[in-house]
Amino acid sequence: MSVSLHISNFCLIRNNHVMAGKHLLFTGKEIAFQDFIKEAYQHFKIGYPKFYKMDNLSKLGFMAAELLLKDRDLNRDYGKDGTGIILANAAASLDTDRNYQISINDRNNYFPSPSVFVYTLPNILMGEISIRHHLFGENAFFIQKKFDSLFMVEYVTQLFEKQIVACCITGWVEMDADQYDAVLFLVEKTGQLNDGITIFNVRNIDDIYCLKI
Amino acid sequence: MEELIQNLKHEIIESLNLEDMTPDQIESDTPLFVEGLGLDSIDALELIVLLEKKYGLKIDTAEEGKKVLYSVRTMAENIIRHRNQ
Repeated sequence: MSVSLHISNFCLIRNNHVMAGKHLLFTGKEIAFQDFIKEAYQHFKIGYPKFYKMDNLSKLGFMAAELLLKDRDLNRDYGKDGTGIILANAAASLDTDRNYQISINDRNNYFPSPSVFVYTLPNILMGEISIRHHLFGENAFFIQKKFDSLFMVEYVTQLFEKQIVACCITGWVEMDADQYDAVLFLVEKTGQLNDGITIFNVRNIDDIYCLKI
Repeated sequence: MEELIQNLKHEIIESLNLEDMTPDQIESDTPLFVEGLGLDSIDALELIVLLEKKYGLKIDTAEEGKKVLYSVRTMAENIIRHRNQ
């Protein structure tokens, strides 16, 4: 079964900027990621205290998902199992793994932090998005050397063709020390075509991923 | 006791990353879990680490944990009892 899929929205967070649906929504004053993402959280009035407890990878992906799904209720539109989350990055949870390693290096001062440990898997990010938006559909987190639009299109399209999902949040969420980059796409069967960029295909995904902000 | 309670409130905010909260917003006698601060199981583990690291107070069983971590005041009472042993 062949399906026609559209990118109904996208969100980019990089270089202290936040962009959603081709609109630049926010430019941070702070350079360090921790400060920038806190500034963005306050700017968008997210109001979700658990945000502060997340690791940096989850904060980045969570923020991108918040803006991607603004004014949307996917649970209502597609049911609790209808929306999939398919993400990828290169560094997995290495950023948090390092922090955890620091906390257990000294055998004479050995107090591993449970709240850091729980984030030493990248797929915890998908759990945070799922909890926030009440999504219980298919999800997978892939570790890849670089952003792979062909893999993304083929994998997500297959999920639609096999009727495993009716909607999908997909993209790249990378966090490694001071380097961060997030691009999320909302993929649906229906969607508004504008400027010819919203068909879910490799070229359009690459065009969005390469946007300079 | 009251000084210890105030210190604990600061430490709870710091160790649990409750950035939107101030010590004044934490009631000394209100249950920390479910109601009160609405903390979860990971927060409980983090508080257990805090008590052991900062005050040398070890919690060995879940039942003991429930009693000690009931409120800020019960945490303080158990720290004082531990110091006096």
